[in-house]
Amino acid sequence: MMIEIRWHGRGGQGAVTASEAVSAAAILDGKYALAFPEFGAERRGAPVRAYTRISDNPVIPRTPVTTPDILVILDPSLLHPEYTYGLKPNGTVVVNAKLPPEKIAKILKLKPGVKIGVIDATGLAMEVLKRPIVNTAMLGALVKATGVVSLENTEKAILNKFPGKIGELNVELIRRAYKETVVSEIKEEVLAQ
Amino acid sequence: MTLAVEEASGKGLKRPRPMSTNSAIATAARDLDVDVVSAYPITPQTTVVEKIAEYIANGELDAEMIHVESEHSALSAAIGAAAAGARSFTATASQGLALMHEILHIASGGRVPVVMSVATRALSAPISIWNDHSDVMNARDSGWIIAFVSSAQEAYDTVIQAFKVAEDPEVLLPFMVAYDGYLMSHTMEPVVTEDRETVLSYAPKRDYPYKLDPKKPVTIGTITDPNWYYEFKYQQVETMKVALEKFRRADEEFGKVFGRNYGLLECIHCEDADAIVVATTSYATTLKYLINTAREKGMKVGLLRLRLYRPFPVEDFLKATSGVDTLLVIDRAISYGAPVQGPLATEINSLFHSRGIDTKVVSVVAGIGQRAFKDDDAMNMFKLALESRKAAPEETIFYGVRK
Repeated sequence: MMIEIRWHGRGGQGAVTASEAVSAAAILDGKYALAFPEFGAERRGAPVRAYTRISDNPVIPRTPVTTPDILVILDPSLLHPEYTYGLKPNGTVVVNAKLPPEKIAKILKLKPGVKIGVIDATGLAMEVLKRPIVNTAMLGALVKATGVVSLENTEKAILNKFPGKIGELNVELIRRAYKETVVSEIKEEVLAQ
Repeated sequence: MTLAVEEASGKGLKRPRPMSTNSAIATAARDLDVDVVSAYPITPQTTVVEKIAEYIANGELDAEMIHVESEHSALSAAIGAAAAGARSFTATASQGLALMHEILHIASGGRVPVVMSVATRALSAPISIWNDHSDVMNARDSGWIIAFVSSAQEAYDTVIQAFKVAEDPEVLLPFMVAYDGYLMSHTMEPVVTEDRETVLSYAPKRDYPYKLDPKKPVTIGTITDPNWYYEFKYQQVETMKVALEKFRRADEEFGKVFGRNYGLLECIHCEDADAIVVATTSYATTLKYLINTAREKGMKVGLLRLRLYRPFPVEDFLKATSGVDTLLVIDRAISYGAPVQGPLATEINSLFHSRGIDTKVVSVVAGIGQRAFKDDDAMNMFKLALESRKAAPEETIFYGVRK
C-alpha cells in the first residue's frame, strides 16, 4: 500500500521541510518513504509544491504526485480548487485557515467523502514561534487528521533537523496544532447548502 | 515488510536513516575517510560538499577541505591531492562539469583515481537549474568510469565501490557517480550506512604507486611525442576492460560484506518480454514501480536499468536483451544533428549492428530540463515499445515537447 501526499505552500513557509519531516517520521516508523520538492526559481512568497510518498514496498515512483491521498495547503491564499487536482475520492485535505470546514469545502469544491482538517496555523505559529512559519503546525494537523505517521516520530524528525531551542519550540507547536485541529468529513448536505 | 535490513553477518538489524542522495554521498565520503575534498558550489550538488564540511567541522571526518574559485580548480586540486597519495573526492553538476571538461581528460590520462559525484542537470543556454543528463553525456568520452545510480542507498554504496575500483593498482582511473539532480539529489529516503571500519576493510586506502614525492620525484602527464602518446591512450582502452571486471567483482564482494549489490545492469521481466525499455537513474525506479501494472494489463514488457555506463557492459547487455525484437531507449540528453539523436540509443544501435543483431532500437528523448515525466508517461513508454514491434519509428521521438 502506498500513501501519496502533495504539499502546496509559499516559499519560506517550510513546505519542503515538512514534506521531508513526514518521510523521515515514516522511515523512523519502519516504513519506506520518499519526499521531494518541485522547485521553481527559489524565492520567498512564490507557490511551492512538494511531495511525500509512504509505502510498505521499497520501490516508490519518483514522479510528481498527481492523485494524492492527502493534500496539505499551508497558505490561506492558496485555498483555490486548482490546487485540489487529482485528490482521491476518500482523500483528506489539511488546510491552514481561520474558516469553518463547510466554508472551506465550498471554496475548494470538495466532494462528499473527503475528510478535512483545519487549523489556524499562522495564528498558532505567531503565538509560539513569533513568526509566520507554519510548516510544523501543519505537521501536527496532518498527524491528527490522518495518523499517517506517529506523532512521536514526527517530533523526533523535527528535533533531528532542528536540535535545541528551535526544535523544542516547534515540537510545542506540533503538539498544540495536534490538539486544536478540527477534523470533519464532508457530508452531502453541507455542499447543498 | 519493514525497513530493518538483516545484516549479512547476522549480527543484528541495521536501521535506515532518512537522507537525501546528496547527504548519502557526503556520508559515504565520511565513512571512506577521504583525505581531501575540493569544493565549489553548484546547484543541485551544493549540499554534498556542505554536508562534508559539516562532518569535518563536527570532527566526524579528518579531511582537508579546499575551497577553490571554480570547478576547473576543484578537479585540479582533487587530482593534485590524489597524485600526492591522498584519497580525494569532489562533486559537481551541469556547468561545473562542463567547466571541468579539460581537466576530466587530465585525470583519466594521468591515471589519477579521483572519485566525483555528479547531480545531473541541464546545460545553459537558456539557464536551467533542473535535471537532465546533458552534462554527463557531454563527458562520456573523457575516459572516466561512469555509473548511473537509482537511489540514495545505491549512491552511498556506489561511491564506496567507486573508490575500491578507481584506486585498484590495475585500474587507476577516475570514477564518476551520476544521479538525477532534484529527482534524487533533494529527495529524502531511507539509507543504511555502514561503520567506517568495515567500509575501510572493504575499500582500504592504498599507496598510490606513482605518487608525487619530493624525495622520489616523478612527472605525471608530461609532453609525450608521437612515438608514445598513442600507447598511453591505448592503455586507457585496455584498462576500461579491466575496470569492468573489477567493478563486477567489487559489486559482488560488496554484496557479501554488506548484503546489498546491484550488478552492472538490472533486468526485470526481460526473459519473456516482447519489448524492453532501457532507462537509467530515477526513471528506472518509476518504470520498475509500474512494470507490474503493465504486466497485469497483459503487456509483455521488460525493463533494463543500465547502471554501469562506462565501460559499457557489452556482454551483459547482449545477454539480457537476447531474444527480444524491440528495445525502446530513453535518453535524457540530445546529440544535436546526429543520425539518432539520443546518445545512448546511438550506442545500443551501433552495438547491435556491429554484432549483426537486428533488434529494433527506438530512440526516445524525454525529461529535458526536467520536463515532467509522470506515471502515465512511464506507461506510455511501455506502450510505445510494444507498438514499435510492428512499425518502429525511424527518427528519434522527442517525447512531451510542444512542436
